[in-house]
Amino acid sequence: MLIVVLALPLACGIVCGVMPWQRSLGWLGTAAASGVLVTGIVLSVQVVHGRPETGLGGIVRVDALSAFMVVVIGVIAVLATWQGVRYLDAEIAAGRCTRRHASLYSVLVQAFLATMLLAVLAANLGVLWVAVEATTVVTTFLVGHRRTQSSLEASWKYIIICSVGIAMAFLGTVLIYLAALHASGHGPHSLDWTSLAAQSHHLNPGIMRLGFGLIVLGYGTKVGLVPMHSWLPDAHSQAPAPVSALMSGVLLTVAFYAILRFKVIADGALGSAFPRTLLVIVGLLSLLVAASLLLTQRDYKRMLAYHSVEHMGLIALGAAAGSPLAIAAVLLHVLGHGLAKGVLFLASGEILLTEGTSEIERVPALLSRRPVLGGIFGFGLVALLGFPPFSLFASELNMLRAEFQVGLGWVAAASLVCMVVIFAAVVSHGRHLLLGPRGTAAPAMTPALVAVPLIGGLVCCAFIGVSAWPLGPLLHAAARIVSP
Amino acid sequence: MSTSTYASALGLEAAAVLLCAVVTLWRRSLGAIVRALAIQGLALGCVAMVIGLHQHDVGLIIVGLLVLGAKAIVVPALITRVVRADPRSRETQPLVNVPASLVAAGALTFLAFASTRSVTSLVPTAAGRLIPVGLSAVLVGFFALVTRRKAVSQIVGILLVDNGVALVAFLATAGVPLLVELGASLDVLLAVIVLRVLTTQLRSRLGSFDFDQLNELHD
Repeated sequence: MLIVVLALPLACGIVCGVMPWQRSLGWLGTAAASGVLVTGIVLSVQVVHGRPETGLGGIVRVDALSAFMVVVIGVIAVLATWQGVRYLDAEIAAGRCTRRHASLYSVLVQAFLATMLLAVLAANLGVLWVAVEATTVVTTFLVGHRRTQSSLEASWKYIIICSVGIAMAFLGTVLIYLAALHASGHGPHSLDWTSLAAQSHHLNPGIMRLGFGLIVLGYGTKVGLVPMHSWLPDAHSQAPAPVSALMSGVLLTVAFYAILRFKVIADGALGSAFPRTLLVIVGLLSLLVAASLLLTQRDYKRMLAYHSVEHMGLIALGAAAGSPLAIAAVLLHVLGHGLAKGVLFLASGEILLTEGTSEIERVPALLSRRPVLGGIFGFGLVALLGFPPFSLFASELNMLRAEFQVGLGWVAAASLVCMVVIFAAVVSHGRHLLLGPRGTAAPAMTPALVAVPLIGGLVCCAFIGVSAWPLGPLLHAAARIVSP
Repeated sequence: MSTSTYASALGLEAAAVLLCAVVTLWRRSLGAIVRALAIQGLALGCVAMVIGLHQHDVGLIIVGLLVLGAKAIVVPALITRVVRADPRSRETQPLVNVPASLVAAGALTFLAFASTRSVTSLVPTAAGRLIPVGLSAVLVGFFALVTRRKAVSQIVGILLVDNGVALVAFLATAGVPLLVELGASLDVLLAVIVLRVLTTQLRSRLGSFDFDQLNELHD
């Protein structure tokens, strides 16, 4: 089962690379993503009722936390590859994309999925690093896929900044490995997460402090946490919509997953105070920067990108609280944010395609001109701002509750202030984008190819917000791994 | 190999890694900067091989050879082709001028020694004492990256940071597990290839490009 998850996107990528481009290959990508989702669900059921499973000679391992991340990747991947068919149709029709580029795009998207899956399934923290670095290499070409000057500029900044960040993460990994080597006599030393977590009490605190700091800074670059966030708005606004959806919806949280894994080791070696302080600092800074820059945004894709910085800040604060309730809420937020942000980026791709601009000023009254698309975008914003019935309401509420419970009340209060500012900014941008008089033209239809997955994504987000039934046991099992 | 020869060989090579990083701040010709990078890769590969010889670890010697091949030959060759496409290109206006950069490199080295006391006290071996040198190389590379404007200098900056991290990894832990070390090197190689393709694409749009021309995206 474990191998199937990794093999599906790889096999699909190879087929897309070997066969000459045709439209059905796009659907093959969606089929592979659906396969990942189904296997993810099967794995989740297995680990909730059984024990963690390892494979490939101990390189990959699945526990509740990994299985949950596989499900998240699977869900967003289905949406993004579905919409990818539409993106390639439009690019080929407009003559901006040759068949060869379409093949390349499909191969890279599948490689992107495979690297993210390897990252969340890696048993070894070094392999985790290799996989996260590989996501950077693969996505750089995807960000620049449209080959305009601005998209190439975005990919340049993306790979330069993320390579430096990820080098810091490697240094942090090396230092933690060094600490493990010198905690001699306490079991075998390796970079396996389980053995590191088991012997975390014996790790040298001085080295662990340096190491975990570098890990938060390094993987934090890929999460888009301030102060290493500056690549994010450029890359997310310039990438093709399905790639933006994957990058914003899952890649950020895959990198955060890495921080969660290291946090378990750091908590054991240092106690919870040091990791908590570090995460509170980067989380609050991210919220502040997102709030101040969202006020002045003129571009709706950049607005969504800064909104991701905000949500990553919230997740960092939730992880800082660190209680089982907080971690369960963080994970629910990872899924809810992925769905809502994925839907919004996909919808914004459709808006860009039909309106030809990403400036908020020049796209007024969407709701009356394109009722379905406008409705999806509107409900997506409502979900992202944390209104019920969408799951982000439940997760944000529980993260705040958990922060109060562990004595981080002032942090919760500060984050609420930032959230109110962001709320006001997004509502004012959204009002301009969605409302207003229609003018003379008749309402335009949105093709079912676009509408069906996006509405499906929103319904899914609302469903998990109302009923915790399918996820409850998995979330609790995963939370116990991070916060025993 | 006797212990003292081992210690001095290791010290020499680690110092060469740091020195090459400083040379990239000093020289303005992009060709010379890439040559310094190649020599740094050579020194780094030798560090791994010397540690491997000392510890009778065949795996580490092989890793050292692979690192040497990748970082002293393949990567510099890839970048040299970018430089040749525009041979008159020089780092004319770095954000911080050369004398100030060299002073900064000194300060960063001092910082690296000061901040790694907890690490060096834990590893009192010949290799462990040199960890601050590796960290200095990382910081100098970082400095080169943020103050230099040419595309080639930025690629070199990233590789300096990366080589510094690899040096720390060899000195501190005799290389992280073999598989990880190989995966990491492969990722770096791919990143350089990606950067080269990007440089070519950006050049075909902008002519000779440096970072100041990347100004389309802002808030």
